[in-house]
Amino acid sequence: MTAHAFFFYFFSFIAVVSAIMVTVSRNTVHSVFFLILDFISISSLFIMIGAEFLGMIMLIVYVGAVAVLFLFVVMMLNVAKQENTWFKSSTNSAHIPIGLLVGIIIFFEVIIVIGGWKYKPDLTSKITLSDITNTHSIGNVLYTDYIHLFQLSGMVLLVAMIGAIVLTFRKRDGLKRQSYFKQLARERNDGVSLVEVKSNEGIKIDD
Amino acid sequence: MIDIGIGHYLTLAAIIFLIGVVGIFLNRKNIIVILMSIELILLAVNINLVSFSIFMNDISGQIFTLFILTVAAAEAAIGLAIIVVYYRNSGTIRVEEIEKLKG
Repeated sequence: MTAHAFFFYFFSFIAVVSAIMVTVSRNTVHSVFFLILDFISISSLFIMIGAEFLGMIMLIVYVGAVAVLFLFVVMMLNVAKQENTWFKSSTNSAHIPIGLLVGIIIFFEVIIVIGGWKYKPDLTSKITLSDITNTHSIGNVLYTDYIHLFQLSGMVLLVAMIGAIVLTFRKRDGLKRQSYFKQLARERNDGVSLVEVKSNEGIKIDD
Repeated sequence: MIDIGIGHYLTLAAIIFLIGVVGIFLNRKNIIVILMSIELILLAVNINLVSFSIFMNDISGQIFTLFILTVAAAEAAIGLAIIVVYYRNSGTIRVEEIEKLKG
């Protein structure tokens, strides 16, 4: 029980501190770094408490997709008037220390969560757990009772994807594109014309 | 103090929720940080649902956490797309300078 308390306080301390840093840090890139650290801490807590599947899914979805999306947008928009220091790597890059700090903390968290996993039965011995694993029980319920909600959430993701593409799509001038409809709709008369050529005079072609 | 119960997890969720809400109001930089604060709020809700699900031995909380995760991902994608379009049109996403919706 002591070990579980230790792990809980460790991860929750890191989570709270990094959540504060997300809101107060001046640099938006640092905010994204601390957001990643926050997600990893909370998913470690989930794994420790016994919700392994959700912890892993949170790692994949939040850290792998959402946070990287944030990072892409922050870098693409070049916000907070960074004077392009993000792209000049050699000269006084201020991101490297914070990135190293976050990376080291994440590394030790990943090591420590194995210990927290080992002491998990101390926690869950009080409540009656069946033999099947967490993932198994989630699958049992998700694909039977909640199947309509599951399909609806797939529709939500589809709409979000189409919406994001439609929002950011733009037509640019000056680009030459192949147009199949124009090509296929072209008649013979549009491109070829027969002319009578008188002998010894030639013909003047104006094009 | 040593005995970690559901109250500890709910307190952690409340703290993170509060940080997210305060982060929305105190923000003076750009909209992306506001989106990140919204992600923090959704994360706090997820902590609540998962801890209730574990301590009450009911799997439904984790199912709803999955759905919240889905909606959060969709919301982040749409929000960031809107931000990109706004930046392309007006050249800034600072919170004070966004005033096109004033009419």
